[in-house]
Amino acid sequence: MPADNEVPPIVEMRGITIRFPGVLALDNVDFTLRPGEVHSLMGENGAGKSTLIKALTGVYAIDSGTITVAGEQRTFHTAADAQEAGISTVYQEVNLCANLTVGENVMLGHEPRRAGGIDWRATQREAARHMESLGLAIDPRSMLASHSIAIQQLVAIIRAMVLEAKVLILDEPTSSLDRGEVDQLFAVIRDLRAKGVAILFVSHFLDQVYEISDRITVLRNGALVGEHPIEELPRDALVTKMIGRELEDLATLEKSSHRAIDRTGTPVVKAEGLGKRGVLEPADLEIYEGEVVGIAGLLGSGRTELVRLLYGADRPDAGQVEVQGAPAKVHSPRHAIDHRISFSSENRREEGVVADLTVAENIVLGMQARQGWMRKVPKKDQDAVVAEYIEALGVRPANPNALVGNLSGGNQQKVLLARWLATAPELLILDEPTRGIDVGAKADIQKKVSELSSQGLSVIFISSELEEVLRLAQRVAVMRDRRKIGELDATQVDLDGLIDYIANAGEGSAA
Amino acid sequence: MRSIWRHRLFWPVVALLTLIAVNSIARPNFIKLRVRDGELFGAIITILRDSAPLMLVALGMTIVIATRGIDLSVGAIMAVSGAVALTIIDGSDDPGNLATVLIAVVVAILVSMVLGVWNGFLVSVLGIQPIIATLVLMLAGRGVALLITGGFITTVNSEPFSYIATGYLFVLPFAFFISVAAITVIGLVERRTALGVLTEAVGINPEASRLAGVRSRGIIWGAYIVSGTLAGLAGILYASNIRAADANAAGVFIELYAILAVVLGGTSLNGGKFSIAGTVIGVLIIQTLDSTILFLGVPSAQSPVFFAVVVVVVVVVQSPRIRNALGRMSRSRKPKAAVAAAVVEDKQKAEVGR
Repeated sequence: MPADNEVPPIVEMRGITIRFPGVLALDNVDFTLRPGEVHSLMGENGAGKSTLIKALTGVYAIDSGTITVAGEQRTFHTAADAQEAGISTVYQEVNLCANLTVGENVMLGHEPRRAGGIDWRATQREAARHMESLGLAIDPRSMLASHSIAIQQLVAIIRAMVLEAKVLILDEPTSSLDRGEVDQLFAVIRDLRAKGVAILFVSHFLDQVYEISDRITVLRNGALVGEHPIEELPRDALVTKMIGRELEDLATLEKSSHRAIDRTGTPVVKAEGLGKRGVLEPADLEIYEGEVVGIAGLLGSGRTELVRLLYGADRPDAGQVEVQGAPAKVHSPRHAIDHRISFSSENRREEGVVADLTVAENIVLGMQARQGWMRKVPKKDQDAVVAEYIEALGVRPANPNALVGNLSGGNQQKVLLARWLATAPELLILDEPTRGIDVGAKADIQKKVSELSSQGLSVIFISSELEEVLRLAQRVAVMRDRRKIGELDATQVDLDGLIDYIANAGEGSAA
Repeated sequence: MRSIWRHRLFWPVVALLTLIAVNSIARPNFIKLRVRDGELFGAIITILRDSAPLMLVALGMTIVIATRGIDLSVGAIMAVSGAVALTIIDGSDDPGNLATVLIAVVVAILVSMVLGVWNGFLVSVLGIQPIIATLVLMLAGRGVALLITGGFITTVNSEPFSYIATGYLFVLPFAFFISVAAITVIGLVERRTALGVLTEAVGINPEASRLAGVRSRGIIWGAYIVSGTLAGLAGILYASNIRAADANAAGVFIELYAILAVVLGGTSLNGGKFSIAGTVIGVLIIQTLDSTILFLGVPSAQSPVFFAVVVVVVVVVQSPRIRNALGRMSRSRKPKAAVAAAVVEDKQKAEVGR
């Protein structure tokens, strides 16, 4: 039920302006959030969504403008101030203590007390009660780190509920959830909406935005484009508003998946019976020159595990790998890189970028590691490579000396892609390269993958977005329960067929 | 002007210059240099000479800290190194022989290197936390040194050995040349090759670096080997200065002074970005302060307090909050927006650091 305009807003932001050195991050932006609505904030990476959220949560100081919460004008100096005012945030990257238990995380700072100390039994009970109300059935005494990112995300949301938030900000909450978990989350969101909680929702999944939202505010380049009730803003109009131009037709990419691959020769990389006890059942995989092999499956199905074993990021205890027909020992990332295999992790922040180094240093890191520390890549070559890829991939800001940690997710991903392309790989493994990044950057990356593979680069492409996998790949390996259950010809299967295969294939024969 | 103010070495340099200025006013002799027999003497020369052991240890510590580690065993390695060298010289027929001294020094440094290999093995291969891994040798090392000297303070009378710490080359102390050589070699190797940036990458994000193909293990291991080797050389300098191997006194607390020098020089204990020049300045600050305390005649019982007060002032002035506050004051005539932007910028930095 969409909230009507008569309800007084819970949050009113007027004329918000924030400047970063050299950048006008937000330019005179208005934003209104009403109780009992789900309000989506839309815009490309760098449009100012995160900045606006951080202004509302007290992380950034605003240069001008006013923030009114529940009728009272507020100045937030710290995130604690905002929390005090009833504004809770669940960030894109889970922001909890991995080394504490689930229950401790849920109740952190709000533990029931007894006789001057924390009543741990009551704490666990309270945590369990909150978790149950959101239908999360895990042991509150288990360590947070032992759960998937998806579960951790739900724990973060439950934690926000413990703080009795009036405003709940969900920044890309679904980027690492599978469909079932998304449904679970949406049920919770609807529940909270009915209770009058105002929900600010940020997601790059248009389907989900249209499924859950009552209202949409669109930002572009730090400026407000407009606020619209969901039923008045069709999808194509939204995308046009977000990127400021018509989205380029992806039809050219469709052809990519139909490109004929010569599979008569030697595969570039061939894995036979590659596995590790408790991690992945032995699996085979072949990749030919110029081929894009997609790996589809639910989160935790073993798709990441398979490529990590292939790359030597984890050590397999079974199976062998052949590179260009010759047996190869790939026991560490170093070996993989020597065999011209590159791997971009799904975990951009922890396993991808080196945040405190510059864009240039991050791009050159792969080349330099390959050459060894003794032979420094000459400054002239470094500059040339960095300039080339910043240009080719459209990294913004186009400043080689910017710290990577200050870039948006999509641009960090481009920097990582540049790092690997600079090492001239023959096989490029991309694990969720488009997760949590905007439409424009996503199209850029897809286009680049398609272009490079048509020039002969072999690619393994993992994504939770099956449309994306089907668009790019000629062949799709399907994983389930840490096992490879089969391979499909991408030209012979559509989305429904793939989903059906992931869910049901081989169900009868499996014990 | 603002770029100078914002430079990471601005405050360390100010601290050092202030110390020198205070000393020069309090005792005009401080900056005076005298020439005697073609050799330079004076308080500043003494500082340059006496800072050599701390300089060597702090250089190694800088590299170790850059990898997110710490090396607590340097003092103990100094003791072992001195004990090995002096035992060899003492046991030889001709302690004054240059060849004997050279052999003793080389063996002592090799032993120190092996101790560094051990530390590095514990940290990089077995994955033991650096503070624990190096604590082992910190506690055991002096015992080993005592074992080598048979529980005595071994003393020697060897002209070539004494030369290392007290001799002069041209017009300057030989020890000063050792410092300069170590700074130059480390500086060149780190910055002319890619070792520096790879070390920083490993220190900032070990897992991302490993997946990027950086040989993290080798880089971390190497850092402890360098640290151990330099500590061994420092141990030789110490022993040469007192012409004795005193296992209980050699390099006591030097690990803490070395860490302090690294931090004063602007390198974060969280690892990552490091500055060799910063560490050099940090060492000079500590040594000048030491000399100041001696000269001002602060009673020895109170000198640690005096030392601590000065260090606290320097560290506080360098802290991000105070720097921001000072920065804001200096720019108070500018529009408010610029200040807010600077705050935002610092917050971003703080976020990145997290």
